[in-house]
Amino acid sequence: MEQLLKFILGDNVLVYVLYCAPPLVFILLYALVTLYMEMKVAAHIQDRVAYMRTGWHGVLQPFADILKLIQKEDIIPTQADRALFILAPFLVFIGTYAGFAAVPFSPDYIGSNINLGVFYIVAASSIVVIGLLMSGWASNNKWSLLGAMRSAAQLVSYEIPTALTIVVVVMITGSLNLQEVIKAQEGGFFNWIIFGGAHAPLWQKIAMTPFTVTAFLILFTASLAEVNRTPFDLPEAESELVQGFNTEYSGMKFAVFYLAEYANMFLVSVVAVCLFLGGWQSPFGSAMSGPFWGIFWIVAKGMFFVFLQVWIRWTLPRLRVDQLMYTSWKVLTPFLFVCIFAVGLILVL
Amino acid sequence: MIESKLLPTEYVTKPGHIKTSTGKTLRTDEMIINMGPQHPSTHGVLRLEIVVDGEIVVDVIPHIGYLHRCFEKHAEAMTNYQQVIPYCDRMDYLASMNNDWGYALAVERMLKIEVPARVEYIRVIMAELQRIASHLIAVGTFGIDMGAFTPFLWAFRDREKILDLFEMTCGARLLYNYIWIGGVSHDLPSRFVEQAKEFCTYFRPKLVEFNNLLTYNEIFVKRTANVGVLPKDVALNYAVSGPTLRGSGMNFDLRKDDPYGVYDKFEWEVQVGKGEMGTLGDVWDRFIVKVREMEQSIKIVEQALAAIPEGNVQQAIPKRIRPDANEIYVRTESPRGELGFYIMSDGSSSPYRVKARGPAFVNLSVLPEISRGCMIADLVAIVGSMDIVLGEVDR
Repeated sequence: MEQLLKFILGDNVLVYVLYCAPPLVFILLYALVTLYMEMKVAAHIQDRVAYMRTGWHGVLQPFADILKLIQKEDIIPTQADRALFILAPFLVFIGTYAGFAAVPFSPDYIGSNINLGVFYIVAASSIVVIGLLMSGWASNNKWSLLGAMRSAAQLVSYEIPTALTIVVVVMITGSLNLQEVIKAQEGGFFNWIIFGGAHAPLWQKIAMTPFTVTAFLILFTASLAEVNRTPFDLPEAESELVQGFNTEYSGMKFAVFYLAEYANMFLVSVVAVCLFLGGWQSPFGSAMSGPFWGIFWIVAKGMFFVFLQVWIRWTLPRLRVDQLMYTSWKVLTPFLFVCIFAVGLILVL
Repeated sequence: MIESKLLPTEYVTKPGHIKTSTGKTLRTDEMIINMGPQHPSTHGVLRLEIVVDGEIVVDVIPHIGYLHRCFEKHAEAMTNYQQVIPYCDRMDYLASMNNDWGYALAVERMLKIEVPARVEYIRVIMAELQRIASHLIAVGTFGIDMGAFTPFLWAFRDREKILDLFEMTCGARLLYNYIWIGGVSHDLPSRFVEQAKEFCTYFRPKLVEFNNLLTYNEIFVKRTANVGVLPKDVALNYAVSGPTLRGSGMNFDLRKDDPYGVYDKFEWEVQVGKGEMGTLGDVWDRFIVKVREMEQSIKIVEQALAAIPEGNVQQAIPKRIRPDANEIYVRTESPRGELGFYIMSDGSSSPYRVKARGPAFVNLSVLPEISRGCMIADLVAIVGSMDIVLGEVDR
């Protein structure tokens, strides 16, 4: 795609700007779809129907929500730290959007083909922590501050399991670049890394599968914590914190926080999918595969895990903050050390 | 839970100091946080002033009175004892039938009126259905406090069926003015018994579903077991009653221990907490007592529907209520506990003094005692487990 754009426009700054546009366009469209999906999935789990009147079965409701948020009054508390207050939501969004640069949407399109790949994604999404802390502090509100501190602690501690699962995958594929990781999973469903990767003999696959499946489940759980979704949404929607670090935000800034949360949901889903479930590889091997089929597969798989995240949110209660930390440090991390050791052992033997 | 070998009271040695488990003392600063009158949780206008050290609650001071509506003073201004009943509805607005019955029973005992058998059965049916409706709100909103949004909507879906039954009978969904002194305001409509039986068969499997989703969920148990333990002697000293007391292991239910109406004709059991998931008297025990009480209420309703006699429900309603100068205290079991009415008359047709003993008010008083040393998230759980309704706390 880069070559195509250079052919049309010549070697120009505009080429690079257009090259970066697809993830942003994708995020905006995807947010609309996910807003609708969340509201309908929540409604059906709760034995009710959601909006039925704005458009057929409520399909225009996300537009209505966004229009409402855009035209709302932008309130900044008098005692709030203006610069930090205004900057915080955008920092959170930037942290997420930056991660999309290293996600390969198709065999031909990856925003930035660096060999750091997924390591860069984990590092860039740590910027979110700074944004959250800024919003909590700048709101001049004790509840927001509490929420932001809890959120920072939670995000930082769940980056450890995330990074360790990446180690598992890197041991199998030998590369951090997500394009290479996905290319090492070609050949259909049983060649995905969750079963041991395309280059492993059968006995290795059978031996590795329990550990890679565990690693994948831990990655999924840690990613729930990274996006502040139930059961880990204590910083955000706790009954006493009103809305946590979000409390004082209204209108467009709140919309940016919301957008950042949905973008983050997709980012962590798609990273999990790329690492373990084949990314843009078709599960049928060479049938239904190709540059445009690749986009379909990766988006479909990513959306499935977003759907899972929504499903879990409306089913489970939330963990208390110390239980959450206990889970990360004393449950997920030791299991992952075992997984890394076992996978390494199997690969060497 | 907090991994410390210190008891909650040892954790805070004196204001501004924390003793670590190695014995050193750290100087820290406490924060006073206000869980303001408007709660995102659904308890009503209660203000909790929390003195907090990091995440640990050092002290809780409840401030009430935001919903005080001078119920007792209004009762004195009424020209007739019957006119007080709508005020009783509005006291504990989630358990109107039980409130009405408590007051009507007190006046009937003062006047020594005998109500017909049909009225007694109708009252039991309405009171037990109201108990189920009230407990459904209690467990549903408690689920929301814990972050589970779905059980709340399932509870309200089932509660709608009960409210349909009430609306069919007396026209109102929340504040009924139904149980009058000497009888009830409307007889049961022709479809009531059949629809109520349908509801009983519909509701039992829904309770099982509810338990599978919330009550035995691992995360929910971890949030509620061993939290907010209320020992039996502390509960008795604070005059706690209702499911809060029964959750601490005390087998005391006014429907069995001080019977009124025709409760003694039915076969059912008092539900008592047993400390199944943690300590006896923790939040989970209080929760499971409410869930199990709903099953027992369905049992009572089914037995009452099968045995309800014919009769005229309005025949014992007195034309004029003018008791002798007398005073009486009558207590009944509302979904929150012991609801007592102390009525003093001076011989005229208007009450001289009506004092309502609200169970939620008394239950709330034990909150500071059991929440020292817990975390803020636990405090939300404890307040939710005591099932307070601010209308009754403030009157």
